[in-house]
Amino acid sequence: MSKTYYDPADLRKFGKITEWSEELGNKFFDYYGKVFEEGALSTREKSLIALAVAHTEQCPYCIDAYTKDGLQRGVTKEEMMEAIHVGAAIKSGATLVHGVQMMNKVNKLDG
Amino acid sequence: MATKSLHKRESDLANSNRQLEILSNGIFQNGELPTFKSKIAETNQFPLKAKKLEILQINVGYMCNQVCDHCHVDAGPDRKEIMTRDTMQQCLDVIKNTGAHTLDLTGGAPEMNPDFRWFVEEAAKAGIKDFIVRSNLTIIRANKKYYDLPEFFKKHNVHVVSSMPHWTRGKTDKQRGDGVFDKSIKALQELNAVGYGIPNSHLRLDLVYNPSGAFLPGDQMSMEKDFKKALMEDFSIQFHNLFAITNLPISRFLDYLIASENYEDYMHALVEAYNPTAVENVMCTNTLSVSWDGYLYDCDFNQMLELPVNSKAKHISEYNEDLLEGRNIVISQHCYGCTAGAGSSCQGTVA
Repeated sequence: MSKTYYDPADLRKFGKITEWSEELGNKFFDYYGKVFEEGALSTREKSLIALAVAHTEQCPYCIDAYTKDGLQRGVTKEEMMEAIHVGAAIKSGATLVHGVQMMNKVNKLDG
Repeated sequence: MATKSLHKRESDLANSNRQLEILSNGIFQNGELPTFKSKIAETNQFPLKAKKLEILQINVGYMCNQVCDHCHVDAGPDRKEIMTRDTMQQCLDVIKNTGAHTLDLTGGAPEMNPDFRWFVEEAAKAGIKDFIVRSNLTIIRANKKYYDLPEFFKKHNVHVVSSMPHWTRGKTDKQRGDGVFDKSIKALQELNAVGYGIPNSHLRLDLVYNPSGAFLPGDQMSMEKDFKKALMEDFSIQFHNLFAITNLPISRFLDYLIASENYEDYMHALVEAYNPTAVENVMCTNTLSVSWDGYLYDCDFNQMLELPVNSKAKHISEYNEDLLEGRNIVISQHCYGCTAGAGSSCQGTVA
């Protein structure tokens, strides 16, 4: 067994999850592939969304995958960093908006 | 950013045998990845055979005004290998009689060969359908004696194909050197000014994109759209087509892959993206590459790896199209670079 939870080489084995549950695995990869096709959003826009979500999910495999995917699409490092800030802003906003709940509770209990 | 070629630095990787050793050992020896030969054999495509010649590519010398990070030629100002007028004359004898529809001059910076203009003037008389010169753009701005190149190209109806790694300064200069972006933009504007790259103009101007690091090129059509939009909005520059070319793991790019510890991942990426359809149209099957000293190779990459054609005709002086047709193409693991994804050739994607 590996001595760490994450091994970069495991990303290449992602497709193997299908071996232990073929139908569900195939359905997932078909869906995944379809999601990233050109649609109302361009594949470039989808790649940047994926990169931002990869960070908020803190998935090292996804970060590696979508950083490389962005480079392949000609996405600049400035665009990548801005996308991550969008994710970070939503994360911090989601924390802070709960401050209203705290304020409501304080006002109710001690107003 | 390197300022000297691997040859000048006397690097281990300046030796083509050392490069071929690396490409055959390690992950390809221990079975982690299949060799190119076994991969194409899976789809009954081994041996790869030359079809009818369509493109004659002539490398007129390895001297260049730039020292780009990923150059497969290991070109630079310190390279002295230059085609002589005698060898050019031998090439012209072939050009006059070839069945190829495309003549493709490359280097180095081909314009730095002292006999370049004479060669272009003579070759243009042969009336080959598509006459390409691969210009790195900055040469046009490198010295006063090159300032008139756009007019010279126009006069001889040369099809200009130029490298442009990105539409931003930062990414371009990182790969090709400080100041390259600004000079390239100026050169493109000058080419546009004489009529190159304008829609419907017969003066063809195409750009070549190759990735700035250890990743594969994205979709050629999407990249072309992004390049056209950015170059038009920022600099009012127009061009015809973009060719997306994969970096092959040889010479300075191999050196970079090893030094940055990306070699194994990159080879995995190439093998995973292997596309048998791209093998059908891989450029070595319709191209012949001539080196500065007149020797014949299946492609420019094999030339740099010093893997000569598998034919009795090994030199331009012994050139015989019938003899060369049907020859077995010489392959190694670097060939995965031309068969990944939509494939890659000097004319862009092939699948």
